[in-house]
Amino acid sequence: MTHITPTKLEAMRKEYAARLTQPHIRHLFICGGTGCHATGSLKVKDALHEEIAKHGLEEKVRVVETGCNGFCALGPLMVVHPDNVFYQKMTVDDVAEIVSEHLVHEKPVERLMYKDPQSKKRVPLFSDIPFFALQKPWTLRNKGIINPESIEDYIGREGYMGLSKVLLEMEPSQIIDEMKASGIRGRGGAGFPTGMKWSFAAQNDSDIKYVLCNADEGDPGAFMDRSILEADPHAVLEGMTIAARAINATEGYIYCRSEYPLAIKRVQIAIDQARSLGLLGENIMGTGFSFDISIYQGAGAFVCGEETALMRSIEGKRGMPIPRPPFPAAQGLWKKPTILNNVETLANVGQIMLNGGKWYSSVGTENSKGTKVFALSGDVNNIGLVEVPMGTSLRSIVYDIGGGIPKKRKLKAVQLGGPSGGCIPEDHMDVVVDYEEIAKVGAIMGSGGVIVMDDKTCMVDMARFFLEFIQEESCGKCTPCREGTRRQLEILERICEGHGKPEDITLIEELSEMITASALCGLGQTASNPVLSVLRHFRNEFEAHIFDKKCPAKRCPALVEFKVIDERCKKCGKCAAVCPVGAVEWQKKEVAKINTEACVQCMSCYSACPFDAID
Amino acid sequence: MSCCSEEISQEMWSEVDSVIERHRETPGALITVLREAQDVVGWFPQALIEYIAKGMNIPASDVFGVVSFYSLFSLTPKGRNSIKVCTGTACYVKGAREVIGRISGEYGIAEGETTEDRRFDLEGVRCVGACGLAPAMVINGDVHGDVTADSVLKILEKYS
Repeated sequence: MTHITPTKLEAMRKEYAARLTQPHIRHLFICGGTGCHATGSLKVKDALHEEIAKHGLEEKVRVVETGCNGFCALGPLMVVHPDNVFYQKMTVDDVAEIVSEHLVHEKPVERLMYKDPQSKKRVPLFSDIPFFALQKPWTLRNKGIINPESIEDYIGREGYMGLSKVLLEMEPSQIIDEMKASGIRGRGGAGFPTGMKWSFAAQNDSDIKYVLCNADEGDPGAFMDRSILEADPHAVLEGMTIAARAINATEGYIYCRSEYPLAIKRVQIAIDQARSLGLLGENIMGTGFSFDISIYQGAGAFVCGEETALMRSIEGKRGMPIPRPPFPAAQGLWKKPTILNNVETLANVGQIMLNGGKWYSSVGTENSKGTKVFALSGDVNNIGLVEVPMGTSLRSIVYDIGGGIPKKRKLKAVQLGGPSGGCIPEDHMDVVVDYEEIAKVGAIMGSGGVIVMDDKTCMVDMARFFLEFIQEESCGKCTPCREGTRRQLEILERICEGHGKPEDITLIEELSEMITASALCGLGQTASNPVLSVLRHFRNEFEAHIFDKKCPAKRCPALVEFKVIDERCKKCGKCAAVCPVGAVEWQKKEVAKINTEACVQCMSCYSACPFDAID
Repeated sequence: MSCCSEEISQEMWSEVDSVIERHRETPGALITVLREAQDVVGWFPQALIEYIAKGMNIPASDVFGVVSFYSLFSLTPKGRNSIKVCTGTACYVKGAREVIGRISGEYGIAEGETTEDRRFDLEGVRCVGACGLAPAMVINGDVHGDVTADSVLKILEKYS
C-alpha cells in the first residue's frame, strides 16, 4: 500500500478549495442532522435532485448533505453557496420555486429566508443572521459545510494535517506540551486539563494502552456530541489518533449511545474511509505508528458517562463505577493505562496541533481557554447548537444568539450542567462562560446543555425532575447515592403533592451534605446540586409549596385550582375548545367557568388563553 | 418468570446461535451479543438468558445482571410499535409529561407497559438529543417533533 503523504493531503486540500470556488457552480448545503431529518430534509433533498435534473442543471449545482447546521428549530434548512443565502423550514412544495427562481432566474426566494423575531424583517444573508454571526465556530468549523460522509471534504478543510504534522515532525512529549499550552480542559463537564491527563498516561509503561472517546452523552438537554459526530466524525478520529500517539496507545474505542444511530453510522463510515487511506490502522502514513478505533455501543445507562463505569461497560459488565485510585491513567480498561476524553475535547485536537497551543489559548478567560459548544433549548426563540468563546455572558447567549424568550414571557432561570448542575436565575445572567465563574453562582459548566426556562416553570418541580432522573439512574452500588437520593426524592414528591413539612428544607440540606461527602462517584457527589441551587436561588418557591400549599408557577397539579378571572375574560371560548374533559362551561358572549370537580389540571386552558384570564 | 421458549421460533434460535458464534471469542462482547439477540427475539425470556449464558460460558446470574442493568434490554415482551417519549429536560419543560399522560389515558398503559393487543408499548426515555424539536417522540425509529398532548393521538393512529 502506498502511504498518504503531506504533499498528497495538501493537494487534496487545494482540489477541494478549487471545487468550492469554481465559477458558475453552486453548492446547496442542506442540513442532514437528526433534527432536520425528522422535519423532512431527506425528502427535500430528493426533490432538489429531481428538480435540478428537470432544469438540466446537474453540471452547475451540487447538492451536499451536511451534518447538523446548528439552527435546529428552523429545519429543514439549507445554505446556498457562494450566494450566502439561508433558507429555512423548506418543504417539498417549495423546491420547484427555489430551483426556478433562485437557481435559474437568480432571484432568491424571500419568503423562505430567516425572519428576525424582533424586527420581523427577512434577513437574506446567512452571515448576517445574529444566531450565526455572534458565534465562533472552532470545534464546529466544518458543520454545515462538509459532507460528513466524505473524507475528501474533511481533508479539504485541513483535515488530518494536524495528525500529519504530529507524526512526521513532533515527539510525543511535544504533543502533550502543546495540549498543555492550549489550556484546553475536559469538555465533558469536569474541566480537568486535557494535557495533564495525557501526561499521566504517557508516563505509565505498558505494552497495551487505550484511548477512549466518551460519546455517551447522557445529560438531558444536551446534543453537542451527537451533532459533532454527525457533522464532523473525522475530527474526532483525528483527535483520538493524535492522543494515541502522545501516550503510545494502539487501540481506541468510541463509546456511543445506541440512541444515536445516525452518529454511529457516520462514524463507522469515517473509520472505514480513514483505514482505506492509511490514516488509521497499521503503519499510519508510513511512520511505523499503528492505531485502530472501534465503536462500542452503550446500552442505556446514564452512569456509564462516568469513566470507570464506562470502562466496565466496554468489558461487557454492569456499568458500575469503582473507587479511584488507581486512576484510569494507570489502570483503566482491562487494567491497562487508559485515557478517556469527551467528543468535543477530541474534536479540537487536530486544529490545536496544526495551529499551536498558543493560538488556541489566545481566546477565552484566564483559566478557561478556547470556545465551548452549547446546546441551547427550552423556552428560547432560537433553539440549536451554538459555539461561543469562553468569557461570553449567559445573557448574550440567551438574548443575542438565542433571540430571547418566546411569547413575550419573562426569563426565570437557565439550567446548566444537567443533573449535576444547577439553575442560574435571571439576576445572575451576566455571569460569563468560565468553569470557575459558573461554579460561583451554584451551577457547573457541564457538558453544554443550556435549558432556558420561562416564568411558567416551577423550580421545585424542576428539582424533583432532576432528582427523579438521578434516582432512577443511580447504579445502586453505594448506599449514600442509592438510599440518599431516594429519600430526597420522596421529600420533594411530597412537597409537590402538597404534603410538605416545615422541617423538609433542613432535611434536604442535611441529606445533600452527606451524599455529596460520601458517594462513590461523580453521579452521587453532584446529585444534590440541582436541588441545592433551587434552594439557594428560589427558596421562596419552596416555602410557598410547603407553608402556603401553593405552586406559584401552577405546574404542580395538586397545588393548583384553576379559575377564570371574570374581568379579564374576553369570552372567546378558546379554553372550552381545548379542554379534554369538558370541564370548561362556556357559551357565546358568556364568561367561561371552570368546573373544578371535573378539571384534571392539564393546563390546556391555562396555556390556550390569550388574555391570561385563567389563574 | 415463566419459561417462554414458545416465544422463540426455531429460526430465531439459529439466528441467536450465529450471534453467539460471531462474538464468543471476543472479550467483553456480552453486551453486543445481548443487543443482537434482542434484535432477533425482541425481549429476554428466561430461556434466552440461560441459552446465552451457556453459549458465552458466563454464569446466567451475570447475564441477568447485565440485562437488568441496562435500560435497552427488556424482560417483558414489547409491542409491535414502540412509543418512546423523550423526557429530557427540554421536552419536560415543553410538556412531555402531558403527552405521556394523554397516551396513557387513551391506551390504558403506563410507562414501561405494553397494550394487551401488543399494538403499542410506551416508554419515557432519556434525552434523545432532539431538543430542537421538543417535545420529541420516537416511534419505531421515526422522530416526531413538536408533539403536543392534542396532536399525539393523531400521530399514533397511523401505527397499527
